[in-house]
Amino acid sequence: MTTPAFIQVDGLEKTFPAPMGQEPVTVFQDLDFEIEKGEFVCLIGHSGCGKSTILNILAGLDAASDGYVFMENRQVTGPGLDRGVVFQGHALMPWLTVRENVAFAVKSRFKRHSKDEVNAQVEKYVDMVGLTPAIDKKPHQLSGGMRQRVGIARAFAIEPKMLLMDEPFGALDALTRGVIQDELLAICQATEQTVFMITHDVDEAILLADKILLMTNGPFAEVAECAYNPLKKPRSRQEMHHDGHYYPFRNHLMDFLVNGPSTPYAEKASDGTPPAVEESPRTGPKRVVNA
Amino acid sequence: MSQSLRLRAGIVSILLLLAFIGAWWGATLPTQVDLGDMDPEYAAMMGLDSVQDSDIPTPGDIGSAIWTHLSDPFYVNGSNDMGIGFQLAHSLWRVLAGFALAALVAVPLGFLIGMSPLMHKALDPYIQILKPISPLAWMPLALYIIQDASISSIFVIFICSIWPMMVNTAYGVASVRDDWLAVAKTLEVGPIKKAFKVILPAALPTILTGMRISMGIAWLVIVAAEMLVGGTGIGYFIWNEWNNLDLANVIFAILLIGVVGMILDMIFGLLGKAVSYKEV
Repeated sequence: MTTPAFIQVDGLEKTFPAPMGQEPVTVFQDLDFEIEKGEFVCLIGHSGCGKSTILNILAGLDAASDGYVFMENRQVTGPGLDRGVVFQGHALMPWLTVRENVAFAVKSRFKRHSKDEVNAQVEKYVDMVGLTPAIDKKPHQLSGGMRQRVGIARAFAIEPKMLLMDEPFGALDALTRGVIQDELLAICQATEQTVFMITHDVDEAILLADKILLMTNGPFAEVAECAYNPLKKPRSRQEMHHDGHYYPFRNHLMDFLVNGPSTPYAEKASDGTPPAVEESPRTGPKRVVNA
Repeated sequence: MSQSLRLRAGIVSILLLLAFIGAWWGATLPTQVDLGDMDPEYAAMMGLDSVQDSDIPTPGDIGSAIWTHLSDPFYVNGSNDMGIGFQLAHSLWRVLAGFALAALVAVPLGFLIGMSPLMHKALDPYIQILKPISPLAWMPLALYIIQDASISSIFVIFICSIWPMMVNTAYGVASVRDDWLAVAKTLEVGPIKKAFKVILPAALPTILTGMRISMGIAWLVIVAAEMLVGGTGIGYFIWNEWNNLDLANVIFAILLIGVVGMILDMIFGLLGKAVSYKEV
């Protein structure tokens, strides 16, 4: 018997009750995937396939209609301090400073910490995201990227077993996004943090993820493929496009998003060498894409 | 730029005031009366003079009334003749007592209504019926049941200040962003801590707006209530001076009510500013 994975998702399904006179809507169904300890997993898919709902179920903020989530062999039934969440809209409390926002989380996690210990923990994680100069500022005095950094610091500061991130960089400009991605990569590699992240940015997924879950469109969305990132660690934004796997893998992901599921990447590159870069099929999209 | 705007606005304000006082002064100048061939001694005996003072108090009369009252605000010469400071203190005490009681009821109840859709739906019809009732309509009932004029006025203040506070608290609590509640949930924050550390600070600006409205209404109502029940207070003072036909005192009291109302409003404005936050 093999040891069960750190996170095990079994037959997850979400159905929204029917509005008057209509059929109930099943957003996704039969979702099975695993996350190993220390793994960085990205979930990509189009809007409306229930990505955020999956993350909320993992976070315990939403309940599945069917199926189970196990974390270290115990069923996830509600939110908990073992999972840190970075919200799409940073979710900082605007009446608190950066320090107080992070301290709010630290105090909830480490209830017996003295004031000094809380402060030390707060400063450590604020420093980690490079915001020490802004530590006593309120969120409205910060830029969008800085706010998202605070959100990341807050999630890391409770030292969760798993970090859940819901399109954390979606609202940022490309430059800022790149910088924060690099920071996140460095932090995750240093701390061996287990991360589950939702994104619709293929390059972000290739840079950060060890494993990429590809989701089909809803309703009745499914995880069509679980692709292991063929690019070797450590990856960097500057270097990764020189890796022979980069373009084939990127094309594979793009084809998936545009044309829908095809042969899994692992089978295309079954001998470990990157497959030749194919021209995208000219047959046109099989699905209407609402990107 | 804004400095010079403020200066210019101040100058315009003062000019308007001077123009108003000037017009007032002009309109209340003593008038020349033609006494005809009346014997001056007879005229004096009848209280007639060739120079007749205006019936409306002049700016000077008001000035001296202000001076008289403010130079000795705290004297007591029997129950019908007390200094303006005492009258004001009585009114303020009633307003603050009624307001504080209302806050004690309205804020927790508003929390409940804001947090629970069930309670919101269940209590809504009562609130909708009770809210539009003129607070003075409660006065006879209050006097009959409480049998104390002063406490009845406090009750009337209580009943009129409770609604804006309750409705605003409920609204503020109900519209706390889901994000912040989700943060509290993922951090396993208990219900008490959530109420005080997340919901309360998030809703506080809205709650204080409700309090500011309530205080404004309470200050409007206390004057009417005191006219009705008598005894003490700034409302009673106005009515008493009307019965004395001392219009200068009436005008002085009107001014005073305005100034005190403005100060109360400013206090709540400042409190509101202190707890406000910029959403991002």
